[in-house]
Amino acid sequence: MGIGLTTLLLIAALTPLGFLAYRLGRGKALATVASGVRMHSRPQQYGWYSVVWMGIPALGIAIAAALLSLLGVIAPARELVLIVSIAVGLLGFAYGLKAIRPEVRARNALDNVVRYLLLSAALISIITTVSIVLSILFESMRFFREVSVWEFVTGTVWSPGDTFLEAAGRGDEVGEGTSFFGTVPLFAGTFMVTAIAMATALPIGLLSAIFMSEYATPRQRGIAKPILEILAGIPTVVYGFFAAVTVTPIIVDIASFFGLDASYSNILSPGIVMGIMIIPFISSLSDDVINSIPQSLREGAYALGTTHSETIKQVILPASLPGVISAFLLGVSRALGETMIVVMAAGVRPNLTWNPLEDMTTVTVSIVYSLTGDLAFDSPMTLSAFALGLVLFTVTLLLNLVSTYLVRRFKQKYD
Amino acid sequence: MERRLTGSANNAMIRKRYRREARFKAYTITALFVAFGIIAAFFTDIIGQGHSAFWRTEVQVTLDYNERAERIGRFALAEDMREIVSRGAVRSIPLEIRNNPELAGIQREIWAPAYSRIDQYRKGNEALSPELAAQVERLEREGRIRTTFNWAFFTSGDSKLPELAGIFSAAVGSLMVLAVTLAFAFPIGVMAAIYLEEFAPDNKLTQAIEVNINNLAAVPSIIFGLLGLAVFINTFGVPRSSALVGGLTLGLMTLPIIIISTRAALRSVPDPIRLGGFAMGCSRWQVVRDHVMPLSLPGILTGTIIGLAQAMGETAPLIIVGMIAYIPEAPSSIFESATVLPAQVFTWASEPRKAFVEKTGAGIMVLLAILLTLNATAVLLRRKFERRW
Repeated sequence: MGIGLTTLLLIAALTPLGFLAYRLGRGKALATVASGVRMHSRPQQYGWYSVVWMGIPALGIAIAAALLSLLGVIAPARELVLIVSIAVGLLGFAYGLKAIRPEVRARNALDNVVRYLLLSAALISIITTVSIVLSILFESMRFFREVSVWEFVTGTVWSPGDTFLEAAGRGDEVGEGTSFFGTVPLFAGTFMVTAIAMATALPIGLLSAIFMSEYATPRQRGIAKPILEILAGIPTVVYGFFAAVTVTPIIVDIASFFGLDASYSNILSPGIVMGIMIIPFISSLSDDVINSIPQSLREGAYALGTTHSETIKQVILPASLPGVISAFLLGVSRALGETMIVVMAAGVRPNLTWNPLEDMTTVTVSIVYSLTGDLAFDSPMTLSAFALGLVLFTVTLLLNLVSTYLVRRFKQKYD
Repeated sequence: MERRLTGSANNAMIRKRYRREARFKAYTITALFVAFGIIAAFFTDIIGQGHSAFWRTEVQVTLDYNERAERIGRFALAEDMREIVSRGAVRSIPLEIRNNPELAGIQREIWAPAYSRIDQYRKGNEALSPELAAQVERLEREGRIRTTFNWAFFTSGDSKLPELAGIFSAAVGSLMVLAVTLAFAFPIGVMAAIYLEEFAPDNKLTQAIEVNINNLAAVPSIIFGLLGLAVFINTFGVPRSSALVGGLTLGLMTLPIIIISTRAALRSVPDPIRLGGFAMGCSRWQVVRDHVMPLSLPGILTGTIIGLAQAMGETAPLIIVGMIAYIPEAPSSIFESATVLPAQVFTWASEPRKAFVEKTGAGIMVLLAILLTLNATAVLLRRKFERRW
């Protein structure tokens, strides 16, 4: 019996039972009320009360059995689980009906059930984080059993490809130590593309935000803001296409005009396009921050005779600096984790250079390339993706935490 | 333009400061217009790349259901047309004859899609050999070649032949993935938000959940792909490349967005509404179900639509869980291998053949149209139902 069929059968058995429980429970309550006894809750609440008594234990058993077999503790036969949980459902059904008495606080009980149901939904987010951390950590540890952390952090050669041959049983042909997992060139590429992106996004985003919050009339602001936000709604794969097909050739042409030699997968083009993608993050966050600066600060500056731009540069910007920094850090975290733009427009060759016109590759590109195609889950190449993911996750998490902290400090100061 | 300045404003120092003021304002306006210019250039570029894929060249040919065509469809074409007509158009002729034996021996005139190189030549994208060009010229004079709207782009799946490739199977895949995402993230997200906003006591656990959700919203999407790979595929055995694993992965990614926007919507319902309910003897759940939820529903829906739009444009996590397979036929269940619109765009963008560039552009146009519609719906919904209390 498949797991789908079992679930289906369980639902098929419990649904009519639940319906019946509701009708009978409500019926009993209605009859009690009709006989002149005052009950604590409304009749339909007693109906739901008996549904809960029927359903929760039965589902609980089914879910517990599923979890146990998933975790590999014990794997009870599915038929057995099905029969036991339906039997428990029937028992609960009988008990729930019997338990309906005028003094039972069905409404409060229901409220508690709902509360725990909602709490378990909220806990899903924690479970997600924990499973991200555990799964990535677990696979990374398997990786670091084969590759030393020192080599991973300080090595300057990244060529995991040769492990393919080893996996195919031709390791002898390759010889010892031909696959290298030095991440320095990858991080150099990621750093380069992030730096270019922020150099593009920060001035445009910040200056636009200053215009929208300080100079624009409400009408201009109402038009400009949604237009800028279009940029945030464009999928990254589209930006990637734009970078690869349009921006890269332009950059190569401009470079050759100046007598420079640019690669067709240069890192400059994805960097600029990534910057375009980040503009709305910077502009809308900075806009919010600048708007929440109290008017009294501006008026104080005007009273001292400063011009508008002097007020902005010497009062508003320093006051909103924590917020702007937090917007910047969020932008950096976006840029570090951005995948499609670099996969489509940047190179795949790990290259340690300072020249943005050369091709470089990034952490995210390496993750994608080591996980596409045929997966062998024990090859170091596949596992390396998780080690890279671990670094990426840690760094972005830190950036986000610092950024939220800065924003909270800022809000406390001015709200 | 001479501005008359009087008194201290005539002072050279002050004039300099005014000039600096004007300059700074000009910088900010320039920045904004640079951004607008980029947006304009971007859309012009995409439309310029993609618009031609909505049209295709068709050729009028005589199909001759002869004996040789029973084995290889191409022999149904006159010899000089074999380089002109798409291979895909005659591929199924042997099958047709096998299913309908009375077809054998007859001749039929049809309009068949042209080979992609002919199509690209007529769109001015590619050069042809002089003989072929002359033949196209001749067909043009005879009126046996035409340009029609490319319906096949919307009704067929991916194909190795650019003239036949369409977005249908990817669109079906996108719908399935979104359905799974919605079914997973919407109930859980709304429930979690209700708990945090209406039920949760202010304790360590609640704070931990809150910090957690805010951080999850900023985790790079590719990390969710790694999670989907390690947890759904490796641990739970969900089939790789299926709409189910894609939808669940995107669901986890969309969850924080839905939670955050639902909480904002719930928070905007003023407290007197709740207090009124409590005063009438409602339990907390009754207040939430009958009063707070209906009032905040537009806000919740707006947030959900925005979250779904974001999930729909996402590619990186889906690549990690294997959703970039070549899918010519639309999947019929969420357990089958599927692809989604952005992944289809990615596949086409990595094709070296020129004819796929316009396909990529056209796929992007469709994707952007859907996403902009979704976002505009969300904005309109908010405008229409937004209530100031």
